[in-house]
Amino acid sequence: MKRATWKSGIGGFLVLLPSLALLAVFVYWFIAKTVYSSLTDWGRDPAQALALKPVLRFIGLDNYRELFTGLIDGRFRQDMVSTLFFTFFFILGCLSLGLVLAILVDRKPRGEGLFRSIFLFPFSLSFVVTGTIWRWLLQPKGGINRLPTLVGLPPGDFAWLTSRQQVWRFDWSLLPLFFALLLALLFAFLALSALRAGRRRGAGIAAVSALLLGLWALGPGRSLKLLDFPELHGFNLAFIGILVAAIWQMAGYTMALYLAGLRGIPEELREAALVDGATEWQIHTRIILPLLAPVTLSAMIILGHISLKIFDLVFAMAGPDNGSTDVPALLMFITTFRGNQFAKGAAIGVILLVLVAVIILPYLRSQLRREELS
Amino acid sequence: MKRFMAVVLVLVCVFLFAAQSASAQGKLEIFSWWAGDEGPALQALIDRYSTLYPTIGVVNSTVTGGSGVNARAVLKTRMLGGDPPDSFQVHAGQELIGTWVVAKRMEDLAPLFKSEGWTAKFPAGLVALLSSKGGIWSVPVNIHRSNVLWYLPAKLKEWGVTAPKTWDEFLSTCAALRAKGLQSPLVVGESWTYQHLWESVALGVLGPDDWSALWSGKLKFNDPKAVKVWETFGKVLSYANADASGLSWQQATDRLVKGDAAFNIMGDWAAGYMVTTLKLKPNADFGWAASPGTAGVFMMLSDSFGIPLGVKNHDAAVKWIKLLASKEGQDIFNPLKGSIAARLDSDMTKYNAYSQSAAKDWQSGKIVGSLVHGAVAPESFNSQFGTVMDIFLNGMNAKAAANAAQAIADQVGLGK
Repeated sequence: MKRATWKSGIGGFLVLLPSLALLAVFVYWFIAKTVYSSLTDWGRDPAQALALKPVLRFIGLDNYRELFTGLIDGRFRQDMVSTLFFTFFFILGCLSLGLVLAILVDRKPRGEGLFRSIFLFPFSLSFVVTGTIWRWLLQPKGGINRLPTLVGLPPGDFAWLTSRQQVWRFDWSLLPLFFALLLALLFAFLALSALRAGRRRGAGIAAVSALLLGLWALGPGRSLKLLDFPELHGFNLAFIGILVAAIWQMAGYTMALYLAGLRGIPEELREAALVDGATEWQIHTRIILPLLAPVTLSAMIILGHISLKIFDLVFAMAGPDNGSTDVPALLMFITTFRGNQFAKGAAIGVILLVLVAVIILPYLRSQLRREELS
Repeated sequence: MKRFMAVVLVLVCVFLFAAQSASAQGKLEIFSWWAGDEGPALQALIDRYSTLYPTIGVVNSTVTGGSGVNARAVLKTRMLGGDPPDSFQVHAGQELIGTWVVAKRMEDLAPLFKSEGWTAKFPAGLVALLSSKGGIWSVPVNIHRSNVLWYLPAKLKEWGVTAPKTWDEFLSTCAALRAKGLQSPLVVGESWTYQHLWESVALGVLGPDDWSALWSGKLKFNDPKAVKVWETFGKVLSYANADASGLSWQQATDRLVKGDAAFNIMGDWAAGYMVTTLKLKPNADFGWAASPGTAGVFMMLSDSFGIPLGVKNHDAAVKWIKLLASKEGQDIFNPLKGSIAARLDSDMTKYNAYSQSAAKDWQSGKIVGSLVHGAVAPESFNSQFGTVMDIFLNGMNAKAAANAAQAIADQVGLGK
């Protein structure tokens, strides 16, 4: 008996070995090499950058320091701000549109299968195709801007992807301040909920953290200067065009997720709520939405990780040289393959990796723990 | 009997295969960004090469994208991956030297220049640009001019204006055109065309000596003279079309030809596009002048080919280089491309009216190199110049742009 299980264990391991080897080399070894490259000066000296056997010097976190506080890397900082805004609006747009479509399709209208296919179809296109189509549609002198003329109104004059307008501007040096205040608010909220649940020690710790962060933010935090001069960043309105294309593509996928979630809610719950006198609105907000929370979480994770790394959609829509629609992945491509700054490009890549890991790893851990418990 | 016939059939097929692979001996792979409208000229050269050397099959690898913006990225992955093309197109000057020559990846062509006697056939200023540390690193195929102002003589007559000779005259002419109802007298395209416009403005404001001083490190970018360039550039841009980032350079030229704009500053590949693709006639349908303020100065860029070290088909590559540098090769390629030959002894009867006028300017004018097209600055500077342009376009702040340009120049060690 023991021999059989031992043998099947070995057999299983051998079957998995090729995949493990490929993953180890092509994912983890390359991640390690990228992290190492980001800590060198590869690319600063043109004589070494593209040589057959480049001589590299270890310079520690200098590339990262330059990216966040160096004079000429303002483009990177704007890209980070743009990505955060883009992620927020993209997730919001996809979740809302997906939910609305799912609820509509769930009512089983006539031609439900046809509507489902139509809504899901954009998801099957590649980002490059979507980007090229929407680029034509959003040309300032054609496409969408001509639609109002069909009903006799003057043509639209929003510059879409070529717009250089920026709203909600703030100074980069204020960023640590914002984060500290945000965290202070979060801790205060946690303290309140811990107090309500009766956990006094947890509430105490959270309250003290909130207080310390708040005091730092309003005191010494205000005089922290990351740069020698004020550098304004904000939300580039050119991203509205990219958001339209991206939400058009991914709303169908979110709709499919929500549809599956809705089909999993038992009819008895809805009927019981109706019997208790709940209105349609109350049924949706008090019963259905909370039950869809796990689906929302999964959708947020997947959409978030797509939007943080987005490259091909932006490249197809606006090209690599449009400063208003720049994203970190594009900047990494340009820095590495046009500017020959391999170490700095690697640093941008590592920062992207950390951003995505911050979202994905806690989610994976909670999923695994849930599986273990069940 | 049937079995015998089957065996004979198989043997004949095998024989044919062997014979075919034995006759297709050589291969040559050339890598360029001449696709689309600039393709016919390259194809004519390849056809000539195939006629001269019928046993060598030519593989024409192109990556589209004006001025090679995309091709360079693809080339880097190939060179770093150990799969260099047998010969690749590169702008003559710092784009090649600052990236590949300092990294010791290119073959020195000086012995070839000596044995073929090419040093006497090209202008001395051009050979100086191609050389570094005693070696000559690429062979120039063509010469393009960057500082050209294009217009339609008929439309200018209709509006009652003439081609401006200085940037101040340009601004007042555009104001007059705007008063006549032409909203954007100047048409610009996507981002690299902005930089192209910038270098014409810079040459006009600084003059050729100060322009060269910028690149040798003698004149700083945040010197008041250089800051004035950005101020003038901002004023010029106020007359440009607002939807520029959505247009390729060809689409910008189309706007000029349609009459939606009066002026366009572009290199003389626009002449090739207008003659070959749009079928217009030089002087009759379209006109040109040196960019305002740059009369008598020829801002050049040159497409050239070099041979990387360690290529598979070295002999075929050398034959290609010899064809490119020969009078015959240059006179096949350049009339179709709309450029002029780099050689001093080309047959001028093969060229159209624009090219003849440009060749005269090439031989008599003062020669300086272009920034955007890789002659005077290495890639590490060029690829970050877009950031400087963005900083300027976002706030129209001349001092901020000048300071950023100087910071980048310090970082890459410009002029050292």
